[in-house]
Amino acid sequence: MARLVGRRLRDWVPALVVLVGSIALLEGVIRAFNVQAFLIPRPSAIATTFWDMRSSLWAAGWFTFQEALGGFVLGSGFAILVALFFARFRILGSAFMPYAIAANAIPIIAFAPITNSWFSPLDKSSKISIVAVLCFFPVMVNTLRGLTSVNPRALELMESYAAGQIEIFRRVRIPTALPFIFTGLKVATVLAMIGAVVGEYFGGALNALGVQILTRARVAQFQEAWAGILLACLLGIALYLAVVALERLTLRWVPSTFE
Amino acid sequence: MSVVQIKEVTKQFGPTTALQSIDLEIEEREFVSLIGPSGCGKSTLLRIIGDLIQPTSGTALVNGKAARQGRIDRDYGIVFQDAVLYDWRTVAKNIALPLELARWGRKRRAAKVEEMVELVELGGFESHYPWQLSGGMQQRVAIARALSFDPALLLMDEPFGALDEMTRERLNIELLNIWEASGSTIVFVTHSIAEAVFLSTRVVVMSPRPGRIADVIPIDLPRPRSAVTREDPRFFELVTQVREALHLGHDTDRKAAAPA
Repeated sequence: MARLVGRRLRDWVPALVVLVGSIALLEGVIRAFNVQAFLIPRPSAIATTFWDMRSSLWAAGWFTFQEALGGFVLGSGFAILVALFFARFRILGSAFMPYAIAANAIPIIAFAPITNSWFSPLDKSSKISIVAVLCFFPVMVNTLRGLTSVNPRALELMESYAAGQIEIFRRVRIPTALPFIFTGLKVATVLAMIGAVVGEYFGGALNALGVQILTRARVAQFQEAWAGILLACLLGIALYLAVVALERLTLRWVPSTFE
Repeated sequence: MSVVQIKEVTKQFGPTTALQSIDLEIEEREFVSLIGPSGCGKSTLLRIIGDLIQPTSGTALVNGKAARQGRIDRDYGIVFQDAVLYDWRTVAKNIALPLELARWGRKRRAAKVEEMVELVELGGFESHYPWQLSGGMQQRVAIARALSFDPALLLMDEPFGALDEMTRERLNIELLNIWEASGSTIVFVTHSIAEAVFLSTRVVVMSPRPGRIADVIPIDLPRPRSAVTREDPRFFELVTQVREALHLGHDTDRKAAAPA
């Protein structure tokens, strides 16, 4: 795993020390100052609860993760297709780009109550649609930037070979765009889990992670709520690392991935 | 039949006249350098030969055909100052690129790549990526790629401009060897007077505003040329001749001193 994210195991040691140290410090401070549970429960209590609840927690997590993943794949896939289209037909790109960039700045999550009424709130589709829209813009903008940032000399070279547009896309534009696409995808993974969980705060199935976090927090079951939050974080990180691993496999030719 | 025939080619970029009524003929197996200060149109002329830019008026013929047909028929290979290798391809796959576009079969491609790798002396580096190579090596790959489909004509736009002088001089000799071995015709744009004189059969001196040919100087140095050639008195005479033609054309430096 460490090799997949491009670091030797011992490079992780300083980061691990910080992690363990922070948790220990937090535990100590909470105990010493008798910090109330509603502010933040002790890490040890969260961990115990997490372990006790693990099967129901995992079921909820998996439910929500499917929404995040589904929206991520749908939104990113569509974004790449749209970017290819805009790169090919430049005039359309310049017509729509300002709106795409503006849309990227809108809090898409604000639409969650709307999608909940389009689709049933219990239905995964209501969250998948939000996540898809969240993922669409960063992936589209980055992909388009990559497709159009080709070295002009490289294009002249292809012209000298009398290569057609499809060849140029296939052999030059798309490979050039790959690092950009992965940048967009990494941004999108972060948004995907957020979108799914927060979307569920507006209404969702009982066995969804976001709903569980919300209901536990409302009835002051803070350890359970934080356990849910912890799982959401872990799932988000897992999705991010999966994309990073895919990036390393795909971009074998980028010098930094050789370390 | 000349390999390249330029007749009264003019190129306007808006109000600027990049080239004005250029006439030039290049015969088979010649090595012609285009030299001149910035703005004299030498790179533009090279690109017109390659149909990467179209002239405003006049004709450019390659192998007796319109330049556009020459490009479509892949009659020339081109090398830029920037090697423009594709980072995601190995050396071997970079060289094979034009062959893939020409739909050569895999075995034929592999054989040709091997031949080209030997020609530019990069044996052992076939599976390396561009970032693992020095600038000089990258340019050798670019040259191998340009020659991989045996074009009659090789267009080179300051290919060694970004390299240090020692590497440059070494690659000059290598290029001459490659030129002899492949029997191609070369049109070579450069900023370096010494390089132009060392490599060429003829040096075309250009001047700017508007871009035009100031002089064409035949180089009668014996071949094969080597490091020794650079110390030949005739070499210095020719370098001086080119330099003076450049200054006369450019008109901003003091004119050549009148004979005493």
